[in-house]
Amino acid sequence: MSQIKMPLPDVSILERREQLISGLKSIIDSENVITDPLETIVYECDALTAYRCPPLAVTLPQTTEEVAAILKYCHRNNLPVIPRGAGTSLAGGALPTADSIVIGVARLNNLLEVDLPNRFIRVQAGITNLAVSEAVSGDNFFYAPDPSSQLACAIAGNIAMNSGGAHCLKYGVTTNNLMGVRMVTMEGEILDVGGAHLDPADYDLLGVICGSEGQFGIVTEATLRILGKPEGARPILMGFNSNEVAGACVADIIKAGLLPVALEFMDKPAVIACENFAKAGYPTDVEALLIVEVEGSDSEIDDQLEKIREIARHHNPAVLRESESALQSDLIWKGRKAAFGAMGQISDYMCMDGTIPTSQLPNVLGRMQEMAKQYGLRVANVFHAGDGNLHPLILFDANKPGDQQKCEDFGSAILKLCVEVGGCLTGEHGVGIEKRELMNIQFNEQDLEMQMRIKDVFDSKWLLNAAKVFPTEISQSRRRRNSRSVA
Amino acid sequence: MSKIDRPASEAELADFVRAAVAKKTKLNIAGGGSKQSLGSEVIGRPVSTTKLCGIELYEPASLTLVAEAGTPLKTLEDELAKNDQHLPFEPADYRQLLGSSGEPTIGGIVACAISGPRRIQVGACRDFLIGVRFVNGEGEIIKSGGRVMKNVTGYDLVKLLAGSYGTLGIITQVSFKLLPAPETTACVLLGGLDDERAVSAMSAALGSPFDLSGAAHVPGNADSEPVTMLRLEGFSSSVSYRAEKLRELLLPYGSGDIEVEREKTDKCWKRIRDVGAFADRPGAVWRISLKPGDSPDVVKTIKRSREIDVIYDWGGGLVWLLTSTVDNCGEELIRASVNHVGGHATLIRRPDGAEVKCIFHPQPQLVAKISTELRNQFDPHAILNPGRMGN
Repeated sequence: MSQIKMPLPDVSILERREQLISGLKSIIDSENVITDPLETIVYECDALTAYRCPPLAVTLPQTTEEVAAILKYCHRNNLPVIPRGAGTSLAGGALPTADSIVIGVARLNNLLEVDLPNRFIRVQAGITNLAVSEAVSGDNFFYAPDPSSQLACAIAGNIAMNSGGAHCLKYGVTTNNLMGVRMVTMEGEILDVGGAHLDPADYDLLGVICGSEGQFGIVTEATLRILGKPEGARPILMGFNSNEVAGACVADIIKAGLLPVALEFMDKPAVIACENFAKAGYPTDVEALLIVEVEGSDSEIDDQLEKIREIARHHNPAVLRESESALQSDLIWKGRKAAFGAMGQISDYMCMDGTIPTSQLPNVLGRMQEMAKQYGLRVANVFHAGDGNLHPLILFDANKPGDQQKCEDFGSAILKLCVEVGGCLTGEHGVGIEKRELMNIQFNEQDLEMQMRIKDVFDSKWLLNAAKVFPTEISQSRRRRNSRSVA
Repeated sequence: MSKIDRPASEAELADFVRAAVAKKTKLNIAGGGSKQSLGSEVIGRPVSTTKLCGIELYEPASLTLVAEAGTPLKTLEDELAKNDQHLPFEPADYRQLLGSSGEPTIGGIVACAISGPRRIQVGACRDFLIGVRFVNGEGEIIKSGGRVMKNVTGYDLVKLLAGSYGTLGIITQVSFKLLPAPETTACVLLGGLDDERAVSAMSAALGSPFDLSGAAHVPGNADSEPVTMLRLEGFSSSVSYRAEKLRELLLPYGSGDIEVEREKTDKCWKRIRDVGAFADRPGAVWRISLKPGDSPDVVKTIKRSREIDVIYDWGGGLVWLLTSTVDNCGEELIRASVNHVGGHATLIRRPDGAEVKCIFHPQPQLVAKISTELRNQFDPHAILNPGRMGN
């Protein structure tokens, strides 16, 4: 059985189910309220599929005002609320409880304004990440954060989790590309923060809203920075016979003053899985593979790649292969972005997301393999080497009793190691429920109390996604303040 | 002036704040004191972080720097230069503009969230700040973020502390993501453009693939022609290629010149960064942040009713405005013009005796309410720089 526990539902809410549902249907179009258990089951989990629980009801509002009406209603009735983007969270950020109302932003998916001279786009927050880039692609602009799930994931979820992607070494993550939001607070008030200008007038509220995991409000609109597309981009593949050497090569590239847009690292198990799945042309006989991508005009790319090849040669690469066509480049990225899917084909897995100082790469990779032996599980690594954001994929068999528990224990051990060497529990996926109980490792009581006091400001009743991010024991007294029945 | 307390460690500073809480002593917080005139004057016991000084960690291959808050900016910049790296957000030096002395510290740069011309390309101070430690208003030591450049663990208090002018906590340690310093710089210069055409040219340049690291416009006056400056940085072959392409792209705005002499371009951009043009001229200086395309109109509107001089940075998204102190330094007119389009105006230099209602731009009710409540959570006894940001 699963290790992560959600708080028991408030019985007084479950008892009032019919009454609460008819209340919801009276304030917004009843078409936008889903209550049939056969349909709410669709919303029982996100991409952390090991944990499931259908909510009391799901609402799919179509306007900011509808979101405000629902939140006001939930606030008045002390109903827990679970915000949901596209449900692609790997951390359980959108996992409901049985007494909760899911507010999904899927129907808030319009493009509101494209302003090329001022380099921003304004969208409703349910729009997918990729749709934002596609909306401006024809004009040679793009939106930089590119999580692997970009085809499906919503901007609302990107903002909640401060999502990253493969190209953030150069362009930053969501918070560095977010200019403004319209957000509805738990009390149903509409808050506008930021806009088409570049810095805050007062405290940087936008900065703390981004990455607050849906605990401060529901973002319904976003203003995003768009950038002129580079003239071109080209990846190079570099294979090495050990992880240590590949790690040293990464360090030398950065020390040389080169700033590739992407610097991705895959270890042997990951390379093999991706190659079998995507036929990307990866060499499968190397221990570590780097994908390094640079941008610019053809001659600029040639120059940078020559510098990179020169550095790589000092490390005796087993393979050094430049992409020779747009098609090859696409394939190389297709392989990398399909990594999680490829793993899913061969085994159940859990994807970790710690970050470490890049100088610790060889050490951590080595220790991870030792731990894999101890736990008797396999681990494959796909990660953003330039910024030290690891994605160990731990393979397990969900049908084998005890295997998931073992996997979760191994995952925790890896994340503890990340913190121990100076890193953090999560680089881009968020804490959600998955890493909630590990927060004590990275933060002390005072640190966490300070964070919870910020939530007190935005959501004094602790109704919004409240059983996430913080260890349940320390958030309990706040969450119970408003609960009528104590579970 | 009373003696300045200089705690020698974070723990000592925390003790000091707890003692201040017990005695209900309000604190006037500074680093080197070079930016003490920003915001409203604080009446309180002076405390400085200058003894919290030193580089804790610098790993060039990880692009990471951790330093104590009182470390002079110059110390950091010199150390980074040895490895051809830098703080990418181009922190400004306002000493000449403000007529102040003292050594700018990295904590002060963060507390005031000071970013220079390169902000439009790489991001602001807050974007490179990856970790902070601070002492809150109860004397508790709090940390957020860390030393790794990708970190979404817990709420991002780092962003809140940047630009909080010491009102949420006394920053004791900061961590930064660094970048390689550019090998070469070139500047495409366009002459004779009016403000509107200049902003349009800067927009065209910034939307191009040529990766500009600066776009500023200095309108002309009786003595000089208007000049629009577009900066490119990177490896030399790439810079000369992009400079030529950019010049071609901007031909509809006139035949631009390309300046490649490092000493000259560095001097020009330092002058933009530090608002050097207004340093030796009397008057109030406003800093206005708005949508780039709106700035020429806002300037025109204000100009109709009062005499002003302006400098455009950030492709027009940042306007520095010099004006006299009459009518509260033009506060009402300037704020109304900005409110009409969206954005904000902050009074950066207030000459002696000049009065204004609000130094920082008044915020909508809900935003103001949240900001006040946040402040109460960080500093419940209101002893940290009370009144600095008007709260």
